[in-house]
Amino acid sequence: MLQERIPDLAQCVEPDRVRKEVYTDPQIFDLEMERIHERYWIYCGHESQVPKAGDYYSVQIGRQPMLLVRGKDKLVHVLYNRCPHRGNMMCGDRHGNTGEFFRCSYHAWTFQHDGKLRSIPMMESGYAGTRYGKDNPDCSMKQAARVESYRGFVFASLAQDGPTLKEFLGESRIAFDDMCDRAPAGEVEVVPNCFRVIQHSNWKIFLENQLDALHPSVVHQSTGRASHEVEKDIAKKTGKAPLSYHMLSAFATVTIDKWDDFQTLNYPYGHCILTGYMGLRPRDPDTLAYEKVMTKAYGKKRTEEILGVNIHHVLIYPGLSVQSPLQQLRAVRPLGVDKTLTEIWHFRLKGAPEPIYRRSLAYYNLVNSPATLINADDLENFWKCQQGLASDGGDWVSFGRHFGRDIEKPGGMVETGPNMGTSEAPMRNQMKAWAQYMGNGR
Amino acid sequence: MSAKHQHDAEQFLYRQADLLDSKKWLDWIDLFTPDGVYWMPADPAHKHWDGVPAIFAEDKNLMTVRMKRVLHPDAWSQRPLWGTNHVVSNVVVDKAAKNGDLVVRSRFHMMELRRDDVRHFAGQYTHHLKKTKSGYHIKLQRVDMTNAQAAYDYVLQVWV
Repeated sequence: MLQERIPDLAQCVEPDRVRKEVYTDPQIFDLEMERIHERYWIYCGHESQVPKAGDYYSVQIGRQPMLLVRGKDKLVHVLYNRCPHRGNMMCGDRHGNTGEFFRCSYHAWTFQHDGKLRSIPMMESGYAGTRYGKDNPDCSMKQAARVESYRGFVFASLAQDGPTLKEFLGESRIAFDDMCDRAPAGEVEVVPNCFRVIQHSNWKIFLENQLDALHPSVVHQSTGRASHEVEKDIAKKTGKAPLSYHMLSAFATVTIDKWDDFQTLNYPYGHCILTGYMGLRPRDPDTLAYEKVMTKAYGKKRTEEILGVNIHHVLIYPGLSVQSPLQQLRAVRPLGVDKTLTEIWHFRLKGAPEPIYRRSLAYYNLVNSPATLINADDLENFWKCQQGLASDGGDWVSFGRHFGRDIEKPGGMVETGPNMGTSEAPMRNQMKAWAQYMGNGR
Repeated sequence: MSAKHQHDAEQFLYRQADLLDSKKWLDWIDLFTPDGVYWMPADPAHKHWDGVPAIFAEDKNLMTVRMKRVLHPDAWSQRPLWGTNHVVSNVVVDKAAKNGDLVVRSRFHMMELRRDDVRHFAGQYTHHLKKTKSGYHIKLQRVDMTNAQAAYDYVLQVWV
C-alpha cells in the first residue's frame, strides 16, 4: 500500500524538489482526485454555454461525470450524471438540450433540471409501501455539494465545506476581471466550440508548464523562427504583417534573457500569475477604434486602468489556465496518472468591434486548435517527461531555479524578485499547495 | 462533365496526396492559387472559413510558417519517426465551369505513424480547382474529417 511504500506523503515535497512518484503513482493519483479535484472548486463552464432551460454540457470533475444544466428556474445546476435507480448515465452526449426534464433511457425515471425526482413509471403500483419515492432524496439525481459562479464562470465543489469560491480564487480572480472588464459591456460570451486534446502525461506537468517562462525560447524556437521569417517577408511586401504572426514570432524574438523581465506572482491554493505583455496594445486603427468604444463605456481613466492590466497567464489550481487578454482558457481534466484531457474555449468581448474578436480567434486557431503550431512541441516534451519520470535514474524533480530569492508578502503571496521571470517559484508554489491539499486527508 | 474532367480531377487529387505523403511541402503549397486556402472546419455546419474557429484555416503565408516549422532542426515533435499514407477515392466532379474550373468531392483515408503509434483520419475533401495555363490550382481545399470533432490523441502537425 501507499503508506508502506511512502511513509509520509508530505515527505514527497521539499521546498525546491519533488519525488517522481508524485507524477507516476496511480495511488497518489487517486488520492489527488479525492483530496483535491473532488473537494475544491473546479471550473465547469461558462453560463453562456447553457442559455436556454434544459441546455446541458457534460463535464468531468475529478473522476466524476457531471452535468452542467440550465434549469427552468434560470439557475445553473451541476449534477452527477447518474440515474439514482440503477446507476445509468443520464446524458450520453457531450452537450444538448434535455427538454422539459431529464428522462432516463433505461426505465424512464424523470427528473427536474435541478435533479429532483419528477416521476417513475407506474409509481403507485410499483413502489407503494417501499422506501422509494419523491420523499426520499436518494431517488433524485445528486447535486454537486456547492455551485458558485464568478462573472459568468461556473465552478463546483463536491465537498460541503471549504472556502467560498471567492475566498478560494483570491487574487486569481483577476483572470475573469481582466477578461470581462476588457468588454465594453463588462461581460464575455462563449464561442460555442471546444477543442479537445489529450496529452500522455500527468496533469501537473501541464500546469507547471503554463508559467514556465524559460521553456518558450527552447521549445517553441521552430515556430517562432518560422513565423518571424514569414512576418518579415510579408512586411517587406505589404508594409505590415498581421498581429497573429507576432504572437507566434515572439516565442523566438523574446530571447531567454528577456523572459526574465517578466514576473510571477504566487498565491495560496497554488494559483499563480505571469505578468508580461506580448504587444497586444498596438496603435493600429482597430485597436484605436476599440479604445474609443471602451472610453465611451468606462471613461478615460478607467479604460486606461483596464487596458493597462499586464497579465500574460493566470493559473487557477488545480485545473484552469486562463489567458485573459486573449479571452481564452484551457480546462484540465485528469483522465489517469499519465493521461490528461485539455478542453480549450475562447470568448467574445461583448460590445467590442469584430476585429478585436478576430485577434482572439487567430490565437485560438493557431495556438490552441488540434492543429496547433505551438503545443505539438509542448506535448512531445510532456510525454518525454512522463517517460523519464518512470525511470529509476533519479528520484527527484527539481524546481531550484532562483530558489531562496523569493519575496514573501503579507497574505501568503510570494513574488519573484526583479529579473527573475524565469524563476521556478510557480512550480514551488504549486507543490507547496499540493502538499497542503494532500495532507488534508480525512 | 466529361471523362476528361474526371480523369484530370483524379490525377490532380492523387498528386496532391502524394506530395503530402512524400513530404514535398513546397511543391504541395505551390498547388494553391496565390489566394488559395486550406480549411478544416471545426464545425461541419460552417460555410466559410473566415471569422470562425477552425482546425486549419491557412493561406499560403501560414502554410509557409507550418512548413518552415517542421523543417526546423528543433521541431521536437518531428524528431521521432513520422509518416503518412493517404488513399483518395470516390471522386465526383460536382461542377465544371466553362472556363475549366472544377468543384470536386472525394473521400480520403490517411494512416499516420508516429513513433510506434498508428492513427487513422478519414473524411471528405472538397476541392475548388482553378484552371490556369500551368494546370489546375487549388482555390479552396475543404477537409471535412469524420473524426474532426473527436478528442485528439496528440495533435495534427501537418495538413491532412
